[in-house]
Amino acid sequence: MNRSQGINRRDFLKSLGSGIVILTSANPLVTLAQNAKFIYPEDFNAYLSIGTNGRVTVFSGKIEMGQGVLTSQAQMVADELDVALSSIDMVLGDTDFCPYDMGTFGSLTTRMFGPALRTASAEARWTLLNLAARQFNVSTDQLQINAGVITVTAHPEQHVSYAALSHSASVIHATSHKAILKTAAEFHQMGTSPSRLDGGEKVTGAAKYSADIRLPRMLYARLLRPPMHGATLLHVDTSALEQLTGVTLVNENELVAVLHAHPEAAAAALSRIKAQWTLPAKTLIPENIHQHLREQLTEMKLLVNQGELPESHNKAMQLIESNYTKGYVAHAPMEPHAALADYKNGKITIWASTQTPFPTRDRVAGLLDLPQKNVRVITPFLGGGFGGKSADQQVMEAARLTRITGHPVQVAWTREEEFFYDRFDPASTVNVISGTDQNGKIVAWDYTVYAAGDRGAIPSYSLPNCRVRSAGQSLYENAPVKTGVHLFGTGPWRGPGANMNVFAIESQMDIMAAELKTDALTFRLNNLTDARMARLFKVAADRFGWFNSARFRGQGYGLACNIDAGTYVVCMAEVSVDATSGNVSVHRVVCAQDMGIVINPDGARMQIEGGITMGLGYTLSEEIQFDGGEILDNNFNTYSIPRFSWVPKIDVVLVKNDALAPQGGGEPAITVTGAVIANAIFDATGVRLFQLPMTPKRIREALAAQQKT
Amino acid sequence: MNISVKFSLNGREVHIEAEEDQKLLWLLRTEFNLTGTKYGCGVGMCGACSVLIDNRAVRSCKTELRHLAGTKVITVEGLEKDGKLHPLQQAFIDHGALQCGYCTSGMLIDALALLHENPKPTRADIILHMEHNLCRCGAHTRIVDAIESVVKTGAAA
Repeated sequence: MNRSQGINRRDFLKSLGSGIVILTSANPLVTLAQNAKFIYPEDFNAYLSIGTNGRVTVFSGKIEMGQGVLTSQAQMVADELDVALSSIDMVLGDTDFCPYDMGTFGSLTTRMFGPALRTASAEARWTLLNLAARQFNVSTDQLQINAGVITVTAHPEQHVSYAALSHSASVIHATSHKAILKTAAEFHQMGTSPSRLDGGEKVTGAAKYSADIRLPRMLYARLLRPPMHGATLLHVDTSALEQLTGVTLVNENELVAVLHAHPEAAAAALSRIKAQWTLPAKTLIPENIHQHLREQLTEMKLLVNQGELPESHNKAMQLIESNYTKGYVAHAPMEPHAALADYKNGKITIWASTQTPFPTRDRVAGLLDLPQKNVRVITPFLGGGFGGKSADQQVMEAARLTRITGHPVQVAWTREEEFFYDRFDPASTVNVISGTDQNGKIVAWDYTVYAAGDRGAIPSYSLPNCRVRSAGQSLYENAPVKTGVHLFGTGPWRGPGANMNVFAIESQMDIMAAELKTDALTFRLNNLTDARMARLFKVAADRFGWFNSARFRGQGYGLACNIDAGTYVVCMAEVSVDATSGNVSVHRVVCAQDMGIVINPDGARMQIEGGITMGLGYTLSEEIQFDGGEILDNNFNTYSIPRFSWVPKIDVVLVKNDALAPQGGGEPAITVTGAVIANAIFDATGVRLFQLPMTPKRIREALAAQQKT
Repeated sequence: MNISVKFSLNGREVHIEAEEDQKLLWLLRTEFNLTGTKYGCGVGMCGACSVLIDNRAVRSCKTELRHLAGTKVITVEGLEKDGKLHPLQQAFIDHGALQCGYCTSGMLIDALALLHENPKPTRADIILHMEHNLCRCGAHTRIVDAIESVVKTGAAA
């Protein structure tokens, strides 16, 4: 199917009004990122328009969920186009106006979409420069540009604004010229940290999220939910609704919903429905899930196989085998999934909290059997996503209900629904067998990860004899119950797979260092040939004041590294452990990152601070409790996410590396958080935790076990 | 049972007739279209729905209409004065004390309640007071920085 069906080219250009429109064709990086199959088939994938009022409108398929790409994308355009940041308007995630995008995830916006956007802006600048050259009858090198005004250098009285040029010019499709992007030395906007462009809206309550959109005649829907995953509806009794006024009932194809003009009335109506369910047997529980995963996931993908394994085991003085485990973790964004859908005259418009507006549009078209061009998804601000809003069940529910009722319908999940239908970070387990020789070199590394995924599974170290296998790496299931592996939905969770893999790898590194009675940093440097990582370790160590205290007196230091989304990251942390309670306090974290050119340094710091803070959750407290398909956590009283008092002093070091294009920033820091805390806990107590999260109870148990030995 | 209640909302007298147990959060969001106050958990555990009632922060998701008679309710939309941001709002922008922004209105409201109660809180006081407001993006340190900066300048008064 032709992906450009969303809107026809001529209509689209007409809809933008007068002025200049610059379209940029795909560049190879974007093609790669978009996964050939999904590439926007028409000949552009980034564009902007310059209105006759001088405003620059940027259209981007990316969405803003807090990560700051509204601002950083505007900075890129401002710099390449030579306009003031304040003259830019951003349109994000609107499928009728923005170029196709597969979704906002994987720390891809800056490193993959950024080059296309910058190219569009640079081509726009080049086009405008040529229009001005024609007008003044000079060559382009006799012109200069400042804040959207082009001036003849030798005759400053001769000048023309972008706005004036766009009055006289029609649409231009700039593909003939390959624009040259500015270098870091030429940046004025990139590399600086202007205040977030969405700050004003967000502190005044003006910023709109999906559940804030209001339409005439709209109804609020509440849906009947099963008591556990895998339950089937046996019988439903809605007779009690007959006494209520203003309630619309929908009951078809297992979609049972009540709708009302007031959300509380809809909730009250839902509570009067009586339903009987057939419940499946409860077999899986947190205590047996990892064994289940190892048994189910027997198909292995070989990621690395080099050197002589298992023969090299003989070269090792000692082999160490460890098993690491982690439970299911919820995304728990502050904004639960929400959507408002409005179906009329064969067309549907949907405001949705989704990280994937275009795939969501396509799924709605499929669900309602509508042509793609009759489906428009608009993405307001998202109140957090973290991977969880790549799932869009709430959109499908709203789409079905507006189609059935003929009213605009809001489906805004309760916190309980959010926990129940979240696509959790999957429970996972890692087995690793490793050994070192008498020189402290790693001579054997045999690593198998189950259910977490491939990301972060290949260590950053030099491992001549190495096997890395991953089982069940694509377990992001839409219909998880059918496969029998997970009882409920799982999906990408900020730094998917890497959080677990780095925890396992860097814990194992520390165990080997401790066995050799070698400093944890020295041991790593001794097994590292990657100069960029070695340099970063030294930067972090200097800032932190690193030494491996191994005091086991309740206070300790830990470190960990990873390469994620093209970014190198090293973290060091200082913790203390209360032996009586098992509570861990994280006092300070130094995080050094080499992420190439940094578009917005303060924005990058926010992502690092946010990653580490959020990471404390999967590290210390977050683990979904379940009994078979029943999710026992349904709100924040039992599911504990990081709070103000948990947050350490976070010291971020951004290593200058302007020779490298911008790399990812949303996830690298979170991927090392579990490992760095685990290693610091070991340094503080002499106790090694093999299971995430490292709850007070688990720490108390480990300390008690240590005392027995 | 329907009741009739008068209260002040962002400086304006309002009069509403509704079920006595209707929650303030939904009245604000649906009757008054004040959507800056957010639903986060529905049980008062996250703080996204905090509003000021007579200068004290309450969780609007748990506050019933019948308790509002004669009170002064201020939501995030009521913090600006004469088109100018409240110093705390400006401090949140200046310190980058928000990411997704969904918890922000509750954070502002709870911080303001603290400053009403104690104009000179220490950093530890701020952390203790804000402990029950949840933020998933990890803007905590900057939120504390922003509040502290306003304490230092005394601008909130």
